[in-house]
Amino acid sequence: MATLLRMEDICKHFGEVVANDHVDFEVEEGEIHALLGENGAGKTTLMNILYGLYRPDHGRIWLRGRPVDISSPRVAISLGIGMIHQHFMLVPVFTVAENVLLGMPAPREPLLTLKQVAERVQHLSQQYGLMVDPYARVEDLAVGERQRVEILKALYRQADLLILDEPTAVLTPGEVEKLFTVLRNLTRQGKSVVFISHKLDEVMAISDRITVLRDGRVVQTVARKDTDKAALARMMVGREVVFRISRPETCRGEDVVLRVEGLTVQRRGERPALADINFCVRAGEIFAIAGVDGNGQRELAAVISGLEKPTFGRVEIEGQDVTALGPRGLVRLGVARIPEDRHGLGLVMGFTVGENLVLDCFDQSPFCRLGWLNFRAIWRRAMTLCQEYDIRPQQPDFPARLLSGGNQQKLILARELSRQPRFVLAVQPTRGLDVGASEFVYRNLLEQRQRGAGILLISTELDEVLMLADRIAVIHGGRIMDILERDEADLERLGLLMAGVAAVQRRAVAVAPEE
Amino acid sequence: MDISPTEVIETQARRTLGRRKDRRTWILWALRSSAPLWAVVLAFLIGAVVLEIAGIDPLRAYGAMLDGAVGSWAAVGLTLQKSVPLILSGLGVAFAYRCTLFNIGAEGQLYIGALVGTVLALYVPGLPAWLHIPLCLLGGFVGGAIWGGLPGYLRARRGLSEIIMTILLNYVAFWFTSFLVHGPIQEPAGYYPQTEPVPDSAVLPIFWDAGRLHIGFLIALAIAALVHIVLFRTALGFQIRAVGHNPKVAQHAGISPVRNMIIAMLVSGGLAGMAGIVEILGVQRRLSDFFSPGYGYDAIAVALLGNANPLGVVIAAIFFGALRAGSNMMQRSVAVPAAVAGFIQGITVLFVVIAGAIPQVHVHWGLRKERHG
Repeated sequence: MATLLRMEDICKHFGEVVANDHVDFEVEEGEIHALLGENGAGKTTLMNILYGLYRPDHGRIWLRGRPVDISSPRVAISLGIGMIHQHFMLVPVFTVAENVLLGMPAPREPLLTLKQVAERVQHLSQQYGLMVDPYARVEDLAVGERQRVEILKALYRQADLLILDEPTAVLTPGEVEKLFTVLRNLTRQGKSVVFISHKLDEVMAISDRITVLRDGRVVQTVARKDTDKAALARMMVGREVVFRISRPETCRGEDVVLRVEGLTVQRRGERPALADINFCVRAGEIFAIAGVDGNGQRELAAVISGLEKPTFGRVEIEGQDVTALGPRGLVRLGVARIPEDRHGLGLVMGFTVGENLVLDCFDQSPFCRLGWLNFRAIWRRAMTLCQEYDIRPQQPDFPARLLSGGNQQKLILARELSRQPRFVLAVQPTRGLDVGASEFVYRNLLEQRQRGAGILLISTELDEVLMLADRIAVIHGGRIMDILERDEADLERLGLLMAGVAAVQRRAVAVAPEE
Repeated sequence: MDISPTEVIETQARRTLGRRKDRRTWILWALRSSAPLWAVVLAFLIGAVVLEIAGIDPLRAYGAMLDGAVGSWAAVGLTLQKSVPLILSGLGVAFAYRCTLFNIGAEGQLYIGALVGTVLALYVPGLPAWLHIPLCLLGGFVGGAIWGGLPGYLRARRGLSEIIMTILLNYVAFWFTSFLVHGPIQEPAGYYPQTEPVPDSAVLPIFWDAGRLHIGFLIALAIAALVHIVLFRTALGFQIRAVGHNPKVAQHAGISPVRNMIIAMLVSGGLAGMAGIVEILGVQRRLSDFFSPGYGYDAIAVALLGNANPLGVVIAAIFFGALRAGSNMMQRSVAVPAAVAGFIQGITVLFVVIAGAIPQVHVHWGLRKERHG
């Protein structure tokens, strides 16, 4: 097979952070090449350079044996490179054909004649097994279909090399399978695919070759058949990875810590974001809400953390109605909340480590007396927590915005968990963290469970859910599809529930014999 | 990287601390922190070009300006006197800015503060000075606070733009004052649009004879110190700064953005209102309809140039006071249009804003400064 793309000696730094450090990368025609690495390893940066979004500080790119200078995405597209971003770039109210045409000259410029476009979309769709209706409106499509529209866009622009940035992050396990079928179709017909991921299973399932990046450098490029998960994990993290973290057997108590009743969130004129949610979390258990991103998790988290009031329903913490209590009251009750968005909800980036550590208790003794801040007490607390939670650097006056993602999350854990909460809300607590920091988060959550706290874990990562949870509720379209004991839950069953069909079908089957 | 072996961290530190990047960091840091200085220097250079084109010797013009600003004790006194309303209203704008609110309405708040204070000075007779002066200052503060608090309330509660509201309230305040001094509170002689002079018991005494400087200057400095303490040493300031950095994070942590935004605008308007009444009691001694030459607008520039920092605001205000005092002299002795001084002020602010585009870097004195992992 001929080499399609060669990137040689690519360097890129942002400020003081080295994102790519003398990276060499090759893609052959007709292969699926996975780019594997932890968050922040430099995968996306490398591909953004290839797509003309960033200029490298150093290095050269060859395409089909010719040196190329990719100064913008426009150039990249004209060279036959297509990129499917993590966040889709589609206009929801437009049809598939209109979205495909967007940014390109229409066949009969200046007239907008969509018929030819639609025909070509139809043709491409059949050729590669994409199964997309060119006249469907994008807002009516499921996430998996939208992703295929993005692929169509690239194919319409005659891309030979498709870059997919973490394409499975938004998909259910079933949709992932469908995507893989499409990718295999593409490569069978001569296209090449770069598949960016940090998930070992997927990489092992789909790729022909794998390039592992760590700290901006290439660790190794290997053929899939010559490697295994453990070896890849070692390369990715730079040390042996223990996948099992010890999880003491159930210590579930009888006390209900959190009770959610009939929770409904509906904005006027819209479909309900949450519809009649009921569940309770007991002391000493981790109760997980699993589901594909965007199925009501954000709203649920907002209501339980006191940021929004539900349209109907109530939230009780230890028997007390807290539906209308607001964040301040929850903090007073000693509820710990680990938000999904560290930058947008968790930390004041312009504040120091010390200031962030007292964000919830700055107005209480000993940090505050008669309105005056006691900096000595704040400093002491910061030093203690920095040591206890291993926040580096251990400097209370260090700006929070300069901490690494893992240390920022530790800062939040330190603040929230140090008040010995009875109830912990953790939303996507390991998003964007590397393996080491994730382990730290898991250990802390399990410690809280041991201590007898009830924990509500809202997560889209099934591995995480299966590893930690005692019970698992699956949310789809704002409804709880089912609540499973951990022993009854497996990937397949969860996947079906996440797709929103299983429970309905099961009910249908249950009813069918009577008819 | 969090629990990787120390070697990894050290290698990375060595890599990121290459000498080239080290130097770049320092240059960026130095550029950014000295930005206001460079902005001023550049503004004066461009001003010189403009003067040259206008056929005036820039050196002579700037010489006259320097003379008028600091050439004698009287000049220094005038500079400081003109800086007083700028310090107070600049602190006001800066205070709101710390809570991400853009108070463009200092001018209006200044007029309302002057109005309320003057009314108290004129119509509450028979008080001793030690009681009368604080009463008037407090009245000025309250008047300005109402004028700033109103848009603050609407912004915090309803999300209306405080920028638009404060701009428009400037006109309301100005013309309302104008209406009153043309009729209801006009001096009995009824000739000029102005009030009676305030009684002696309300006049701010001169504490420095050579510079003819009134105690309003000392009050302004004390209030700058107070603002610093409130912002950085109290729980209130902590909340206001937290909301200023990120209202959502603050709310999530249980700090009310609504409450703190309203407080910030009340204090902001109050400080601008005090600027107004201090100017009346210290300099004008009576309220007239054009008494402020735009102090409230300069306050925005002062707050920006001073980086919304109380000490910075004082320095910037004195600089702008010197520009005002100096440009008067420049006008008189070299016949330079007053517009040139305004031009230099404008260019200075523009450059300060542009300097905000210099990437922010963090230099840790004598220590590492890479991303800690």
